[in-house]
Amino acid sequence: MNLRPRTLYSLTLAAALLAAAVDPIHAQPQPATLVAAGSEIVFTTRQMGVPVEGKFGSFSAQIALDPKKPETGSVAFRIDTGSARFGSAELDAEVPKPTWLSVARFPQASFQSSAIKAAGPGKFEVAGKLTIKGSVRDLVVPVQVAQAAGNSTASGSFTIKRLDFKVGEAEWADTSMLANDVQVRFKLVLTGIAPL
Amino acid sequence: MRSADTSSATARYHPVSMALHWLLALMILGALGVGLYMVSLPFSPTRLKLINWHKWLGMTILVLSAARLLWRLTHRPPADLPMPAWQRAAAHGAHAALYGLFFAVPLVGWAYSSAAGFPVVWFGVLPLPDWVQPNRELAEAIKPWHGWLAYTLAAVVAVHVAAALKHHFIDRDGLLDRMRPGRA
Repeated sequence: MNLRPRTLYSLTLAAALLAAAVDPIHAQPQPATLVAAGSEIVFTTRQMGVPVEGKFGSFSAQIALDPKKPETGSVAFRIDTGSARFGSAELDAEVPKPTWLSVARFPQASFQSSAIKAAGPGKFEVAGKLTIKGSVRDLVVPVQVAQAAGNSTASGSFTIKRLDFKVGEAEWADTSMLANDVQVRFKLVLTGIAPL
Repeated sequence: MRSADTSSATARYHPVSMALHWLLALMILGALGVGLYMVSLPFSPTRLKLINWHKWLGMTILVLSAARLLWRLTHRPPADLPMPAWQRAAAHGAHAALYGLFFAVPLVGWAYSSAAGFPVVWFGVLPLPDWVQPNRELAEAIKPWHGWLAYTLAAVVAVHVAAALKHHFIDRDGLLDRMRPGRA
């Protein structure tokens, strides 16, 4: 087919724009980098009223977020379940066992976002799936992002039910002994996120 | 010397003193028993349950001991029964040691729990302050003291009970009547 140069040019431009519109990958923001220093994932529950707190020492995140177009972003997490620490040697030794996190069979817990939307200035709602010990549950996490000196700090908290993920089985499933609700608090220091 | 008329010769403790004595005796023996048993258990819901009950009991003993001390300082007990001077001194010394241990044992236990990072939540509902900051090394240092003081308390209690029985059944001086509730 013989096309005049102007027509060929217009057709190519139209094709490129169409491709960009239907292929969102081209519009995804650059991945951010997690800064380990200053980042933490802490979880708390209650044992007969006594608060018990632990934290994960080892985790990685794949986060791509354009604060002005959050729906184009994605958040993925991998947490090393063997890195849970409680400040008590007894608990540190107990939690990797099959009744609890079963670290040998499930060395990682993960989160994968399915949708991110804006929820106010510097606030986002990240919907996705949380996988712990082979069980998957839908989760919506409210996230607050604050920026200073080129760093973004994403923080927030949410509550999960440990029995949904079979954490604390058999005799430990008794929620009057150990609460079902586990509050998870996170603070992630990231570089490479565009201004809010 | 036998007291023929125990109702007037053997003056008794005040009913409140008696009530505090027996109530705390039961609670202290209970806490000692649970304490000994619970440390022998492997990590399990039962062990955690017993540890919490032990702490609740200990805190209750601490509060009641404070009330008891206040009562004791404001209400003189009956005069000592006739006995050799060394026995009188031993009795007063043992009672003073008991009062000291009534406070030392639960305070050290509370300190250990706080240092180990487990705040005490009384009856599972009332959080008590950590009077010692969470600190693993400190917890390791404090831990044996709670046990040693508890064993010392158990030893003094054993001597206290043996001496009371000796006075009442061997010396026959009616000593136990002083702590016996009910009509004279």
